[in-house]
Amino acid sequence: MNHTYRIIPVYTGDVSGVASALYELGGMVVIHDPSGCNSTYNTHDETRWYDKESLIFISGLSERDAVLGNDRKLIEDVTEAALELHPAFIALTNSPIPFMNGTDFLAIARVIEKRTGIPAFYVPANGMHDYTVGAGAAFAALAGYMNKECIAQRVEKENVVKMNILGVTPLDFDAAGAVMKMENMMTAHGFEIVADLGMGEHADNWKNAPHAQVNLVVSAAGLPLAEEMEKRYRIPYVVGIPTGKFAKILFESLRKAAQSGKNVDAFQAAMEQADIREKKNFLFIGEAVTMKSIAAAIALEKGVIVRIVCPLENGAKLLTGEDAQIEGEEELEMLLGQQAKEETTVVADPLYEPVMPENVRFIPLSHEAFSGRCFAKQRICTVGDPADVLTYLEEQGV
Amino acid sequence: MLKQIGTYGENRKDEIKIKNAEFPAIFHAGLEFNAPVHGTWNIVHIGMQLPESIQIYVCAQNCMRGVVLTAAEMNAADRFSYVVLSERDMIAGDVEEITIRGVIDVLQKRQQLPRAVLLFTVCVHHFLGCDYNRIYRELEQKFPQIDFVRCYMDPIMQKQGLTPDQKLRRAILEKLPQYSSIERKLAILGSDFAYDTESGLFGLLRQEGCEIVQSRTCSTYDEFLQMAQAEVFVCVYPPAKIGTEQTAKRLGRTFFYLPASFDYALIERQAEILGNYFAVTTKELKNERRLAEEALDKAFSVIGTTPIAIDYTVHPRPLGLARLLLSHGFFVDTIYIDTVSKEEEADFIWLKEHVPELKLSATIQVSKRIAVRGRNKKVLAIGQKAAWFEDTPWFVNMVSGGNLYGYSGICEMTNLMTDAFLNPKDTKDIVPRKGWGCDSCL
Repeated sequence: MNHTYRIIPVYTGDVSGVASALYELGGMVVIHDPSGCNSTYNTHDETRWYDKESLIFISGLSERDAVLGNDRKLIEDVTEAALELHPAFIALTNSPIPFMNGTDFLAIARVIEKRTGIPAFYVPANGMHDYTVGAGAAFAALAGYMNKECIAQRVEKENVVKMNILGVTPLDFDAAGAVMKMENMMTAHGFEIVADLGMGEHADNWKNAPHAQVNLVVSAAGLPLAEEMEKRYRIPYVVGIPTGKFAKILFESLRKAAQSGKNVDAFQAAMEQADIREKKNFLFIGEAVTMKSIAAAIALEKGVIVRIVCPLENGAKLLTGEDAQIEGEEELEMLLGQQAKEETTVVADPLYEPVMPENVRFIPLSHEAFSGRCFAKQRICTVGDPADVLTYLEEQGV
Repeated sequence: MLKQIGTYGENRKDEIKIKNAEFPAIFHAGLEFNAPVHGTWNIVHIGMQLPESIQIYVCAQNCMRGVVLTAAEMNAADRFSYVVLSERDMIAGDVEEITIRGVIDVLQKRQQLPRAVLLFTVCVHHFLGCDYNRIYRELEQKFPQIDFVRCYMDPIMQKQGLTPDQKLRRAILEKLPQYSSIERKLAILGSDFAYDTESGLFGLLRQEGCEIVQSRTCSTYDEFLQMAQAEVFVCVYPPAKIGTEQTAKRLGRTFFYLPASFDYALIERQAEILGNYFAVTTKELKNERRLAEEALDKAFSVIGTTPIAIDYTVHPRPLGLARLLLSHGFFVDTIYIDTVSKEEEADFIWLKEHVPELKLSATIQVSKRIAVRGRNKKVLAIGQKAAWFEDTPWFVNMVSGGNLYGYSGICEMTNLMTDAFLNPKDTKDIVPRKGWGCDSCL
């Protein structure tokens, strides 16, 4: 593979993922980068930038400072800004040149923390991975800064399960009202939301996340934190978004996990309950949790199996059966060339359409993390029962 | 041991009265905020103006995201391809090979080869000591029918050297071949917008038999190449100066740098320069000066002493614009700007002496992220950034000087100001759009 792309874009990068994950959590994110990461992020990857303030900055790294290894400027600039703006924490992240230089971010974070008295940490990223990696690392980094004493203070209320929602960013939940709808669904079904990581009404309560009995992972970006919280706080997790008939199974899985203290595979539960009547050639390309959830809902409602093609790095462990993980345009074209039959229907972001073989029926479903704001006005909500996305797909013949 | 020398601006506030400001770095260079205002062109927009060309970038995923979606938003994804670099490529020592192989692959996948390829290498190539000559030599051997334009997306270099924007304009002009020159043919090179050649100075020259061509209006690659036939190369837009000047020198052409401004003396001096060269009398332009004065008076009769804020993205000479307006009774009280161009030193000094209370306001200081935007009264903003910072719907929507030039440019600016004052715009819808004047899918 030559890692070439003739026409489709790349997904949001890891650095933007870091910023997106931490956006609403009260901290300051500093990207050690000359220029470009800031504009790219707030233009194409951040729908909140115009209306909602967040302390996300770049260092403005120059060639001279990079060559001379002048970390002092970064330390002084971050310290100065932090003392002026008083963030709850300071997250440092990387870009290709400091990565190549081997900049010691762990040491820099320690110095900054000592000088400011504000928790400072490094979120590993280098501009060479997708947002699920960056956002995943950013969320996971927070696990060490949560209120540990909360674990001992767990209160069991009858029928009310305390939960966190992990992995929420506009990169996957950009449709108007999607997050609020998800929160409302959870509370309407007897769940109490302790914290949203990282957007939503309960985002600012993230430090108390260990108080929850179960975590709901709604995107691949939330998986690393779920795993970290399982290790640190013994909180089990369930993966999926509440969409269509799959929502009911998700709620049941969450209760089961909260009671047993063990992770529950809601996708597997859905497939066990689905009455599979036919195998159509449906390929859904996109983020693993969203697409697996939609596929589970379709399996339950229509008795049809949908195959997932995941072009992102985190989420591979969610793939099962004939699902596939791919990297880039070349692998996608190869996969489509081998497997796209006359009857194949592909559901994917509209910017994938130019690489579809002629015999494929293509159904556009836009995704912020792929086409950015190009189709923002036509974004379809993936959450709910009934879910707009399932209604839309049904109208398209899925 | 190597030691850093040189200084950054020392002022640590995000606003300062001009009487207290230092030239040219007004503010301390610390962490940087980026406002949600994106009308100014980036290298993708600039490169797309070269007809029958495509762009190929070789860089990391996060860096790629901004440029590939710029192309998508301007409905030009079919003219944009790329190669993604990974960690392995950083350590394997074969970034040249990756680049060459990737470009060949991309080109072989296209149904039709372009006339030119703008190949963008990045900071990583520079830091790895990439052998650029090898890359271009091998690509030119493989595809002799294609002109490969040496472009760079290396913002890490821009604080001590040329910006990627300046380098791109220069690289494109480096493709102009050595043609025989045609007398009385003048080429305006490197601008983002096409100037009016029916009136003003350029109109006068046309009336006297001069042919005026502009790189911005070329619709084919051949037409672009024919720019080289001009006997005079003119640069109006500052970022194109170095490229135009070096190309003129290489091809043995006469070069004039005639930047757009709001300075009557400069406008007339520029007319005199071209008039003398082509033996054309430019006295008629005096009448246009009168028209500009009348236009300013007319605009003032509408706008009056409403506060005006100007930003640096609207024109390469925001201080010059402020000076002109203040000289004609307008109440310019704020300029959004981070550093002052060397070309504006005289205007900076004039404003310091005559309007010492004029406020200079930073746009990238971190405190600007949380600063209260807007005032409790009507403000006319000139420029998109000023509109955002002032949170006003009354703004002149233009970037980089648009196509304003000479006295007619001043008249047009007054029209834009009057229209902006009378007709509010949807700021939130407009200013985040990339590439003012380019096609947009948003």
